[in-house]
Amino acid sequence: MIKVEGVTKRYARFTAVDNVSFEVRKGQIVGFLGPNGAGKTTTMRILTCFLPPSEGKASVAGFDVLAQPMEVKKRIGYLPETPPLYPDMEVGEYLDFVGKLKGLRGNDLAKRITEVSDKTNIGDVRSKLIAKLSKGYRQRVGLAQALLHNPDVLILDEPTSGLDPKQILETRELIKGLAGDHTIILSTHILPEVESTCERVVIISKGKLVATDTVDNLTNRMRGSENIGVEVEGIDGELDSKAVQRRLEQVSGVSKVVLREEKNNRAMFEVESLQGRSIRADLARAVVEGGYALTELKAAGMSLEDVFLQLTSADNTEKGEAA
Amino acid sequence: MSNILAIAQKELKSYFVSPIAYALLAIYALISGWFSLIAIANFIEMSQQGQGPADLNGYVIAPVVSNAAVLSLFLIPMITMRLFAEEKRTGTIELLVTSPVTDMEIVLGKWLGAMGMYAAILLVKLLCLSFVFMFGNPDWRPLATAYLGMFLQGGALLSIGMFISNTTKNQIVAGATTFGMALLFWTFDWATTFKADGWAKVLAYLSLTSHFSAYARGVIDTKDTIYFLSVIVLGIFLTARSLESLRWRA
Repeated sequence: MIKVEGVTKRYARFTAVDNVSFEVRKGQIVGFLGPNGAGKTTTMRILTCFLPPSEGKASVAGFDVLAQPMEVKKRIGYLPETPPLYPDMEVGEYLDFVGKLKGLRGNDLAKRITEVSDKTNIGDVRSKLIAKLSKGYRQRVGLAQALLHNPDVLILDEPTSGLDPKQILETRELIKGLAGDHTIILSTHILPEVESTCERVVIISKGKLVATDTVDNLTNRMRGSENIGVEVEGIDGELDSKAVQRRLEQVSGVSKVVLREEKNNRAMFEVESLQGRSIRADLARAVVEGGYALTELKAAGMSLEDVFLQLTSADNTEKGEAA
Repeated sequence: MSNILAIAQKELKSYFVSPIAYALLAIYALISGWFSLIAIANFIEMSQQGQGPADLNGYVIAPVVSNAAVLSLFLIPMITMRLFAEEKRTGTIELLVTSPVTDMEIVLGKWLGAMGMYAAILLVKLLCLSFVFMFGNPDWRPLATAYLGMFLQGGALLSIGMFISNTTKNQIVAGATTFGMALLFWTFDWATTFKADGWAKVLAYLSLTSHFSAYARGVIDTKDTIYFLSVIVLGIFLTARSLESLRWRA
């Protein structure tokens, strides 16, 4: 449904997207994952015909974004990072205008407005001014706008940013419900969002493609090694954090120990385990047997940077083994 | 065509849901009323000095109309400054450009919407002049040509202002630049006061004043009409190209 081949986007001084290729099949939800400034928005803008690629080809439903932009635009619903809303319009008026832009008229338009208002749960604010809406409602009106002409492809740029936790869950459910009928690309910099919503993931960083895989494969590759936060308190007076660190490093299965914070006779470490080793019990024993108090032991979530590091280094070791 | 109308309608509506339309109409009504009052007082003075009533067209309608043309120099930047600058600032331009409508449809829709706002302003002026028709018996034809002239001149300034609004995200910059350009084009014919040929003639030809004055006198000259129409087309064309350039320039 969506095909990106060797797309590069150069600005005067820097390259925002560098030779990125991926494909999305019909009905899939694909997560576009990367830190801020990775080139997610630029790639999406290329797919929506807002920006032309400097090099490479992109096509939606078989239509090239450069050669047949009208056909592409007819088949795409796009929610930019900031929903494109006119604050001095009422929600109903706004949807009416967008519907006309998308080529809907008369009864069709009225019917679609009702349908998407129900789907996105904005029926109760249809006669409200957009300026008066909360952030959550604005995001939903933005989503309604993208759905209005029932497009084959939905491109959603950070659809859950700025929402409260309940709204985030609702929006994710809504997006999941849309898959099948629609092919969806959504961008995010939040890892769990991809895990909970998407089937496939495309990871980019600094404009380059880092990995593209199914979410299951990705989590498998991640599993095994874990990061554990350990907080230790000295029992009587001074705590020698260096000594504790050495002790933790000696526990079998530990690959790395980093001192995160140290104050008032307390030290916080982050311990990384080797692949496939469960080391929590051993860590706890090591601390207690050393004569310290263990005040906290918790799984530290993986940051996006860790994921990138791990993915890129994992690829390297695989290659190394092959050679 | 229906895409153009949808955009024009949205544009016109946006003037009236914000205070812009009411502020512009109120200011225009006030100043226009003041001009009419002065003109009528002058007319009464002249009638009392001479034998019987003076020429209503010459003493009331003509001065009111030429003042209106000057007034539009000030008002038109306020109509055009937000056209594209606002959409670019808030990001709604992304919606327009990624919708299945052509750049030309967007530009024409916006220009028509702005013309609608300008027409509403001219209507207020007509209201002032309607009193002259109620109590006097002036010739309506010079007024009709003057209105045609005001429409054409307004259309030309609106299309240039729209182009300028598309070159910036900042409304104030767009408004100030448009005002400056309008004033410059208004006064280009001053060049002829010290030089009668060469570049002075070219500048004078570009001047809005020299083309509008015939309409104000009740004369429709093809040369003037072509001038205004070509400025309108030029402005619309430039806006469409600069909208397109958003994409490759970025």
